[in-house]
Amino acid sequence: MSEILLEVSGLKKYYPIRRGLMNQIRGYVKAVDDISFSVARGETFGLVGESGCGKSTTGRSLLRLIEPTAGEIRFEGEDITRLSLEAMRRRRREMQIVFQDPFSSLDPRNTVARILEEPMRVHGTGDARQRRAAVERLAEVVGLTKAHLQRYPHQFSGGQRQRIGIARALALQPKLIIADEPVSALDVSIQSQVINLMQDLQSEFGLTYIFIAHDLSVVKHICDRVAVMYLGRIVEITSKHKLYESPQHPYTQALLSAVPEPDPNIRKERIILRGEVPSPANAPVGCAFHTRCPRVMEVCRNVRPPLLETADGHFTACHLYVDSAPASQTRN
Amino acid sequence: MRQSIRASITIRGETMGQATLKITPPNVPAEKVSGPWGDAWRAFRKNKTAMLGLCIIVFFILVALLAPLLAPYGYKEQELVNRLKPPSGDHWFGTDDLGRDMFTRILYGARISLWVGFFSVIGSIIVGTLLGVLAGFYGRWIDMLISRVFDILLAFPSILLAIAIVAILGPSLRNALLAIAIVNIPTYGRLVRARVLSLKSEEYITAARAIGMKNSRILLTHILPNSLTPIIVQGTLGIATAIIEAAALGFLGLGAQPPDPEWGKMLSDSRQFIQKAPWTVIFPGLSIMLTVLGFNLMGDGLRDVLDPRMKN
Repeated sequence: MSEILLEVSGLKKYYPIRRGLMNQIRGYVKAVDDISFSVARGETFGLVGESGCGKSTTGRSLLRLIEPTAGEIRFEGEDITRLSLEAMRRRRREMQIVFQDPFSSLDPRNTVARILEEPMRVHGTGDARQRRAAVERLAEVVGLTKAHLQRYPHQFSGGQRQRIGIARALALQPKLIIADEPVSALDVSIQSQVINLMQDLQSEFGLTYIFIAHDLSVVKHICDRVAVMYLGRIVEITSKHKLYESPQHPYTQALLSAVPEPDPNIRKERIILRGEVPSPANAPVGCAFHTRCPRVMEVCRNVRPPLLETADGHFTACHLYVDSAPASQTRN
Repeated sequence: MRQSIRASITIRGETMGQATLKITPPNVPAEKVSGPWGDAWRAFRKNKTAMLGLCIIVFFILVALLAPLLAPYGYKEQELVNRLKPPSGDHWFGTDDLGRDMFTRILYGARISLWVGFFSVIGSIIVGTLLGVLAGFYGRWIDMLISRVFDILLAFPSILLAIAIVAILGPSLRNALLAIAIVNIPTYGRLVRARVLSLKSEEYITAARAIGMKNSRILLTHILPNSLTPIIVQGTLGIATAIIEAAALGFLGLGAQPPDPEWGKMLSDSRQFIQKAPWTVIFPGLSIMLTVLGFNLMGDGLRDVLDPRMKN
């Protein structure tokens, strides 16, 4: 694996639950519960899981748009959780985010030109003329024309708006872009356009993506490596190919079995999970998945399985594989 | 630009008929930049009652500005021989108990009422917006403190509170204006606070933070401009309220002092002559009614245009 751009270890985000007259803390919603992973420069790292599993919270914590409760986030070797607010503000030019909802992520009172210029103005890059030229270049890069620049967001379609959102994220020439379900609000026909655009931009500007999604087919298309999240924890990290060919964690297996197969002649067995996802305010002891796991063992109910390398570059947090781990080295 | 395509329909060598297909290019709207304000103005113009309101307001503003040119007499000028004279060619609206020309005094009165209306509302908006933004954006104890102060202010009937403030500061037009401004601060403060709270969770505010914007800048460039429309609507309606409150304070002798021709004051000065000389009461009353109606009509129209969600 090439140079590591972002390294996350032990990231937690707990929201206190306050109740009663004195607002006592009665517990925590563990939105993100001790997750670790690293992202190499130039790769696309997928974060998948069902809604409410903490994908978006993770994405936003990485930029400290949500302050993490604990953990380290090393960006190019520097722990950004320790940066002062002002230092973090300046650091943000290197890490940007594309939002899920293209209709609420653009200020309705600003023209596209203003929206695209804003990041540069905030960081004081170039003079007015250089910025205008940069804005026009950005628009061109994402497939908008000069005439579009003087319009307001409500005059665009969802796909176009998402392009504007991507252009805004590119404005500061970041190294890392966190794409928080960038296509899940778009029509399927537009989704592929936006994804292809993102791939083109990645090779053109050498970007690193953290791609948050719940659509496994989209993830399969764009990601190099994928982390599967369940209830605030990462249950499996591996390369895209291994994930789709030999998923190890029972949850991943169930998730993949739910992906519709285009060929009707292929019969596959769907693993139906029983029950609901437990509330993150009251997460199960031991393995978070043990309440629904078809292969649950006694140990699962008591001990949280560590994320171990069970095969080359394949990390799984499941007691089924604890013994098969070559050297029980924990993924940092 | 109309194009037509002529086509012959031929089946097995025989011409069955001819068809002309006319193609009108789809209506491509002209490349026009329509900002949020332009859109609002176009919609506002279609609203007849709102435009009527605007006309009334413009009329009274012109009257106020041009009062010295339009007025046939001085507003302090007394003709004691012509006391309580009914409307005539010399005195269009009649004269009051000191023989002053009512028409002149009504014209000058427009200055006072509009002045009080505009400036008290501007004062309330500035202070209210500031407090509302602080409360909504920073939350926590600041919000607690400011919101409780608003609650206390709102617990008093507004005119009573205004009277108390004027009683402390002393009766004068300026103090009446100040009192009205203070009394109305919570209205705007709460409005802005609620707006800021809802804007805070908008994704474009998160986006602004993600590009590295400072809080103060987010406030100025995103939150304030997006809070503006409800303030404008409330402000327009607020001018009407302020004018009535100023007239009420004037009527109670706590606002404008003689010989200033304040409409409310004119009402109270003439009320003992209401049977003998009704014109001394009718014209100031009508003026108050018309101005207030103008601002209310326009305010309602603005609300329809700018803030459709507030419509009942």
